[in-house]
This record gives sequence, structure tokens and C-alpha cells, in this order.
Amino acid sequence: MAKTIQQINEKIKSGQAVVCTAEEIIGIAREKGHARAAAEVDVVTTGTFAPMCSSAAYFNVGHSKPRIKLGGGRVTLNDVPVYTGLAAVDFLLGATALPDEDPRNRIYPGKFLYGGGHVIEELVGGKAVQLVAQAYGTDCYPRRKLETWISLEDMNEAMLFNIRNCYQNYNVAVNTSDRTIHTYMGVLQPKMRNAGYCSAGQLSPLLNDPHYRTIGMGTRIFLGGGIGYVVGSGTQHSPAVPRLENGVPRSGAGTLAVTGELKQMQPRWLRGASFLGYGATMAVGIGIPIPILDEEMLRCTAVTDADLVAQVVDYSSDYPERVANSLAEVSYAELKSGTITVNGKNIRTAGLSSYARAREIAGTLKAWIQQGSFLLSEPVAPIADQDSGLVCKPLVEKPIANHQRFNQVPVHLAGGR
Amino acid sequence: MPNKRLVLLFPPHLIEEPVTYRLIKGYDVKVNILRGKIVPRDYGRLVVEVDGTQEAVDGALAYLEQVGVGVQPLAKDVRWHEERCVECTACAAVCPTGALAVSRPDMRIVCDHDKCIGCELCVPVCPFQAIEILL
Repeated sequence: MAKTIQQINEKIKSGQAVVCTAEEIIGIAREKGHARAAAEVDVVTTGTFAPMCSSAAYFNVGHSKPRIKLGGGRVTLNDVPVYTGLAAVDFLLGATALPDEDPRNRIYPGKFLYGGGHVIEELVGGKAVQLVAQAYGTDCYPRRKLETWISLEDMNEAMLFNIRNCYQNYNVAVNTSDRTIHTYMGVLQPKMRNAGYCSAGQLSPLLNDPHYRTIGMGTRIFLGGGIGYVVGSGTQHSPAVPRLENGVPRSGAGTLAVTGELKQMQPRWLRGASFLGYGATMAVGIGIPIPILDEEMLRCTAVTDADLVAQVVDYSSDYPERVANSLAEVSYAELKSGTITVNGKNIRTAGLSSYARAREIAGTLKAWIQQGSFLLSEPVAPIADQDSGLVCKPLVEKPIANHQRFNQVPVHLAGGR
Repeated sequence: MPNKRLVLLFPPHLIEEPVTYRLIKGYDVKVNILRGKIVPRDYGRLVVEVDGTQEAVDGALAYLEQVGVGVQPLAKDVRWHEERCVECTACAAVCPTGALAVSRPDMRIVCDHDKCIGCELCVPVCPFQAIEILL
């Protein structure tokens, strides 16, 4: 007995929809069987809260009097540089941007205590930040300098725009070398004394819809505590990786690009983060509702941590050298137990993705749908699936000869000068 | 008497006083030094675990007070900023004593100050600067 998103929305509007989280559905499916559970449950909510480095926000700050052309100039927010290669008063702030004065890893391991993600967190928290700009001045935009406090409410537009979030699955990081290493998967002790993993497992959005049947361009989601939308697949989207029989990828695969208005988000769900020796980033909260269109979708959402696996990768040599190698395959049930076994060695595990927060997001989204304040949306375009053959390509370097160095404006643009 | 984890604060004039020796010889308490920090001509700070009979520990504490050594429980110097913590569990994997631990299956972080030895291993691994140790 198949349902449509439209039918489910009618039930949501009349307060009749049956909604549960991706954790709750496991017990329901076990108790009632897939067919009955699929008939009874309308929506399963998922959630994830983890560092997502390809997060950013763009802003339009309004025109000063006299006007200034920030485009092509230099702008910082609380000393963190933004990207200004846009129109006069538009710019983009990336989550991993760092103040020029930050020593980076010059004093190893660097602390990266404040970066773009922290600025976004402060802005979303209602705080004013310092905008400092230098511009080159034009006839129509004469001003050369600008210094002002600015907060979200002062801006025209403030949009979160994340080009890659919500990784479908991810590596488990270990360190087989003799020295401590500092990675985006955390501080990894020598000789595989600990392992870092980063997925909400059975609660994670794309692990509950492994073939992107219901999630596509235009899908309405929980984003940063407010409402956002899926823009499409994210960068490095790699649906054609090896999968288990249940359809879930055995390693990193699909990704999403997402967007939403920053002004309605909350700092609890957009948090600046600092990875020792690696850099600054931002943890993002995302929740995606999955309509239970049929028994197949129910089967997908009833997936448990024991049915999901990840690859253990050595971040001391294989990962930096881009050597494709897995030391072991472990399940999320093992990862969440606190210990995994690799080559006979017991290793303590540490999550970077907060399962507690993922559950809170799934619960919040469930409440929104139950209250009728959040309707599901039909995707307007699908996301490339496994059959597309799409995998993330490595960079093949092509040497630049000395006589080819780009050091002047191309002849056809130089106007004969 | 359960063992106590204390931070002993030595004013400059006491830095050369053999306080630990006197605690052991004079009061019959077991002193396990967890951490020590001495800034010359400024202060000394010792994190210790003190164990013994109630009488012995009381006597030792009275002696410390009498000679001018500041005493405070270790827990006071270890701050877990719950509002900054996102419960990612990165800290629990490095904590040697289980002071920061994961409750399962809900995967929440539980902080037991009594188990903390102030080793600070958790501080650099927390991406959210949620743990502060003032030692």
C-alpha cells in the first residue's frame, strides 16, 4: 500500500500523521513487521550533528553612505577574512577561515581557537561583530575604509550555504605511527591507541535513504535549528561506491548541499569548533524527514547500527598519501560500544558526531511535523544514485612549464597595450 | 575514609619546606602526587591524592593549614562547561580514569568530578573548548 508525499502532508495538516524518529522506528519495525509498520508510520525523522567544514554563509550588509565597493577589496569579521569577489556589499564567510594573525601550525600543534565557524555562531547568537573593510575606491563607490559593528538583524540577507554536508558515511581514523598526530578526526594516539569516527549511524539522514529516493533538490529540512532546503548533491558526491546488500554504502558516499536563512537559526545547532593541529570549522545540525512511501522505505529507515559499517583508515600514512586502504571494516554498533578490534588489538573509540544531539534533532523535527508546522516537500530534481557511476575523482596534476607561467593579462584581453 | 584528591597551594616562602615528607612521616597518610608545578619565587601547586584513617587525614589537613598551605578539592579546579559541550564523546576516549564517560545506549557524556585527576588529556581533544582545568 503505497503513499504519496501529498497524502502524507494532508495527514500532517489534519494532525493525523504518525511520526517517529529513525531510532524509534527500529523497535516499531521489529514489533509490527515491515508491512504493518509501513502502513502505520508516515514519516521517520533523522538527525546528525557534526563538524562539517564545507559550511559557509553569505551576507548582504547594505550600502554605507557614501558607498563602498567591498567587492575586490578586503573585509574581515572579527578579524576573520571573508571572500569579497562578488558585488559591492555581498560577501561569503567560510567555516574554516582564520584570522591572518593566527599562527596556524607554526607553533605545532596550532590551537585554531577562533575561525569562520565561530563568527557564524556568534552572529546566529545575536551578537554584533566588527566589520573592517578596505576598498580601492571608484567614482560610484568612493569610500576606501569602513569600520562598524554589525549583527544579523542589520543585514539584508544572511544565508547559510553549505556546499558539502551530511556525508552518507565516513572513515574511522587511526594512527599506526609512533607519534601522536592531529587530524580533523581528532587527536590520534600512536600505535592505534584510539580511533575517531564521525556518523550518527542509524540516525544519520542518508543512511536511512541510501539510494536518495525521497531526498533531492528542494527537500525541506531542519538546518541549524531552523528550516532549510537541500540544494542538491554536495561536492564529492560519490554514490557509486561499494555497498552492502541492504543498499548502504560501506564508506563515504553521498553528500548534500544545503541552504537556509541564518536569521531563523540557533547557535545551539551551529557551533564553531577547533581541531588541535588541524584548523577551525563548524558543527552543523541537520535533520531530514523521510516519508514512508512504501515498505521499501520502511525497510531503509529501520536500519540499525549493527547493519551499518565503516572502514578503518590509517591517518598517519595511507590517508595523507592518498593510498586507498582499509585496515578493517567495523560496524557502528561496535564503534558506539566504545571499543573496536583491529588486527586483534582493542582500540578505544571516540565520536566526533554527537549521537545525543542527533537524537535531539530527530525528536525536534518529529515534534514540528506532529504540530503541523513542518510539511514535507517533493524533491524537484533527484540526486545522482549508484547507477550514475559517479565517484569522486582525485586530482591528476599537470605540470606547468616555465614559459607557460600565468604572469600577465591574456593577450586577447589586453587591448593591444 | 575515602581517599581525597586535593590541590595544595604553596606560597613562595614554603617552597623549600618538605611538606610531603612531613605528611607521610608525621601523620601516616599515603600521598600520591598526581601533578606538580613550581614557578620559582612565585608559587607551587601540587595535585595529590591523600589516603589514610580519618584521624590521620584530619591531622594532615590541620598541619597544612597551620603551615600556610592552601588546600582545595581538585574538583573545584576542573570545569566542564556543559553549555559548550555537544556530547561528541571525543574526551571520554582519552580520559584515563573514567571521570568523563559515555552513558550507553543514549551516548551522553557523564562527568564525575571525583574521578578526575586533573591530567588535562581531555582539554586539547575537545573541539568546543568545553573543559577548563585551572592548574
